Amino acid sequence: MSETIKAIKPKEKKRSRFVSSFKRLRRYPTTLIGFTIVFIFLIIALFGPLLAPYAYTAQNLPNKLQPPSEEHIFGTDQFGRDVYSRIIVGSRDVLSVAGSGTALAVFFGMLLGLFSGYRGGLFDELIMRAMDVILSIPPLLLAMVILFSLGPSRVNVIIVVGFLYIPMVARVVRSVVLDLKTRQFIEAARLRGESSFYILYKEILPNVLPHLAVEASMRFSYSIFLVASLGFLGLGVQPPSPDWGLMVGEARTWFHQARWVLFFPAGAIALLVVGVGFMSDGLRRMLLPGGVSDA
Amino acid sequence: MPKKVLDARNITVTYKTEKGPLDTVRDVSLKICSGEIYGLVGESGSGKSTLARAIVRYLPENGYLKSGELELGDTNLLSLTKAEMRRVWGGRITMVHQDPNAAINPSVMIGEQIAEVVRTHLHLSKQEAKDKALEMLTKVRMADPEEVARRYAHQLSGGMLQRVLIAIAMATNPELLILDEPTTALDVTTEAVILDLIGDLMREYDTAVLYITHNLGVVARVCNRVGVLYAGEIMEEGSIGQVFKNKLHPYTRGLLGCVPRVDVNKKDISLKAIPGFIPRPDQLPPGCVFAPRCELVEEACREARPALKDIENGHLTACRRYEALKGYGDVIADTREAHEEAGYGELVLEARNIKKYFPVPGGMALFSKSKKQEVKAVDDISVRMRHSFTMGIVGESGCGKTTFARCIMGLEEATSGEIELEGELLPYSVAKRTRDTLRKMQMVFQNPDASLNPQHPAGEAVARPLVLLRNLNKNAVQERVKELFEAVNLPEDYIYRLPHELSGGEKQRVAIARAFAADPTLMICDEPISSLDVSVQAALMNLLVDLQESKGTSYLFISHDLAAVRHLSDWIAVVYLGRLWEIGSAEDVFVPPYHPYTEALLSALPIPDLDVKQESIRLKGSVPSAMNIPSGCRFHTRCPRKIGEICEKEEPPWQDTGYYHQICCHIPAAELQALQGEGLLKKGEGRAAQ
Repeated sequence: MSETIKAIKPKEKKRSRFVSSFKRLRRYPTTLIGFTIVFIFLIIALFGPLLAPYAYTAQNLPNKLQPPSEEHIFGTDQFGRDVYSRIIVGSRDVLSVAGSGTALAVFFGMLLGLFSGYRGGLFDELIMRAMDVILSIPPLLLAMVILFSLGPSRVNVIIVVGFLYIPMVARVVRSVVLDLKTRQFIEAARLRGESSFYILYKEILPNVLPHLAVEASMRFSYSIFLVASLGFLGLGVQPPSPDWGLMVGEARTWFHQARWVLFFPAGAIALLVVGVGFMSDGLRRMLLPGGVSDA
Repeated sequence: MPKKVLDARNITVTYKTEKGPLDTVRDVSLKICSGEIYGLVGESGSGKSTLARAIVRYLPENGYLKSGELELGDTNLLSLTKAEMRRVWGGRITMVHQDPNAAINPSVMIGEQIAEVVRTHLHLSKQEAKDKALEMLTKVRMADPEEVARRYAHQLSGGMLQRVLIAIAMATNPELLILDEPTTALDVTTEAVILDLIGDLMREYDTAVLYITHNLGVVARVCNRVGVLYAGEIMEEGSIGQVFKNKLHPYTRGLLGCVPRVDVNKKDISLKAIPGFIPRPDQLPPGCVFAPRCELVEEACREARPALKDIENGHLTACRRYEALKGYGDVIADTREAHEEAGYGELVLEARNIKKYFPVPGGMALFSKSKKQEVKAVDDISVRMRHSFTMGIVGESGCGKTTFARCIMGLEEATSGEIELEGELLPYSVAKRTRDTLRKMQMVFQNPDASLNPQHPAGEAVARPLVLLRNLNKNAVQERVKELFEAVNLPEDYIYRLPHELSGGEKQRVAIARAFAADPTLMICDEPISSLDVSVQAALMNLLVDLQESKGTSYLFISHDLAAVRHLSDWIAVVYLGRLWEIGSAEDVFVPPYHPYTEALLSALPIPDLDVKQESIRLKGSVPSAMNIPSGCRFHTRCPRKIGEICEKEEPPWQDTGYYHQICCHIPAAELQALQGEGLLKKGEGRAAQ
């Protein structure tokens, strides 16, 4: 919104738009569940160590592989560490790594998509074919290859997740831009001599944002999966970090003696992914009520 | 005595919504007899389609029939089960929809789609069904029915598809045929052919027809009876003669007054737009539903809802004051003081020999040795425009009107030609033009939904050109935005509204304000009103005329609607396949001699006036592809007045036939004049006189 119009614009308008979005949200209980789950996980991640009854590294070997009890409600693992505390603290790893990876993918994907779609021609062709190349390799395989060469670490996992999901974000953004580019309000902007920069950032970008938000939430749920898978394979965050994927990977060995050590982190992954999925569905309903063409 | 086919009594349709039940159609009764074509007219949102769906009992899930009785022949439709209804649909009641592309299965051959219907409903054998399909295709005048039967939907034009749909609908010899805006998506010339076909078929089949449309001209051409629907209630009903002659409801008069006439233009009359909006079903006024917009309203109108009253021989009106209305005579448009001819202003735009060829992308062109194919969208068009002057460009869709406009504006780069604005030669691309040039040329687009950014408030769209092209400071911009909104008759608080909070007409007003913000000398209007309701169209046309008078802007007005072009334009150019065929003052173009193409366009134009008789000159087929332009005169493949080989071989010459009135045809102007006599539009010889 330009400064000139904002200056004379009454305030209440914005709120009412937000309220109507929220009202629409209430009609779909799954959406509400999704937002609640994600919100709870965010709180848990934020206050992590404060909520955990034990330190996540505190070993208690005599008490190893204990079933859930009053002291350890999710039981203990092979070193006698409290699984509940480790899951709580581990939510930080999952959310921060998957979140940063997604943010990276969304940011660069958005830039590529915007420029590629708006410029068109050879530039567009080159970018999109490069994206196709990345998409043609199975993601887990590609992630493993990169991590083997870079070495497993938190930062590298973030880079890999970001890199892998750039093409998908770029494609979605590009398709929206291609549609918007032919709209007459863009032509009207060209006819009054707006710069390409203004057209991209003021006319096109605001219309891409709802699509981007939906896409980002979807990418986020995939990122959680990927981060967990990499952790499971031992290529992600390294022990003794309480990464959920890593916990599942380690618990595999003790599965027959102690199922809970595997069950609870796996359950946490599933719950979060389902929650983010519901949230993403809800965002789509709220932000894109008429589908893509209604941008 | 024709027998009664459909008898719908006191139909009330209710939709369940979040705000509670809403009666969208209230207490409507319809009787249609065999062989009768009943026209149901009304603006969008008046409940036409809801009523039609209620009659076939095919309402959406949240809609139901609250009350009423529904009889088809001797059958009470409301007593039938879903399974029994299915035998009625497609058998006894058939329907033709607006969009032919959506109504035909793209992956089944045309012949099979007709055969399928008759196999199901008439229980014919495979061979019999096939024969029946061919018979039906012949009946709807397909040139080569066997060939068409083997084709798929994408291989046929819109007009042909609509004929196929009519063939499917008539194949089972239904008792009732419902046509829901069957010609709205088609060109005037194709529309005329379809309307003729419908008229002829109905004479043959004796089917009862419910014809839904928003176009009064179409009603006047094909229907026997007409019902005017407004906000879910019938306002006036009667035979075509009764309604069009007497017009005993202010709404009917309002609708007719909104349609531009072909014998006068903006200099003589201003259109009489109906003020206000159609009320939403949850905000109905307590009295007469039309009272808030009515000129004749008095206190009693606002208190109780008037009942439909039979005035004479089945002519019904819902107006309490119809007696008073009779006294108002036939004047349905405001006359204006005769305007002085402005004479010749200075030259604003001169476009010479504009050409725009699009390369055909991809395909085998890369590998074959033949020349690369091109679509010749605009092929040598020249126009000159003067100050405070309107040039109308008419032609069927796909003839290059819009591409020409976009080339002038620089949105498409012309392939060759010269564009001169006030004597200054312009670069082809908008990106290379100076600020000053941009300021002088602005455009209003066709689709109001796409012409405003959905994320920006309406005022933003108007403010930006002021900032960029007029270099105004913040306070001056705010003042100007307010003034511009006032100039296009929008309240000031609309400045902050987002486009989805505006109606189509309001969006178009904002778009006009945006174009005028730059204070242009030339404005290109690319079908700015064609997607709007008649009453909104009339208001916008008046607005354009007023703005032109106060600002002296020149318009290049592009439209396929001849009546609108006639009303707004000083000069008219007729375009076909990327080239001009006739150009002259609006008065000259509408009287003989005219180019055979203009003649066909004029005779196809549906005119809502029973006194006017139109010659029926119909064009065959559709516009040829611009990739494969016919040799010689481009119009020869469809020309009803083709004289022989010369038309196929030689390009026709330009002939002067009067005051700067030029026609491009092989037939000498004098001969055209003799052939066309006194013209197509003959007063006093129309359907009313028969």
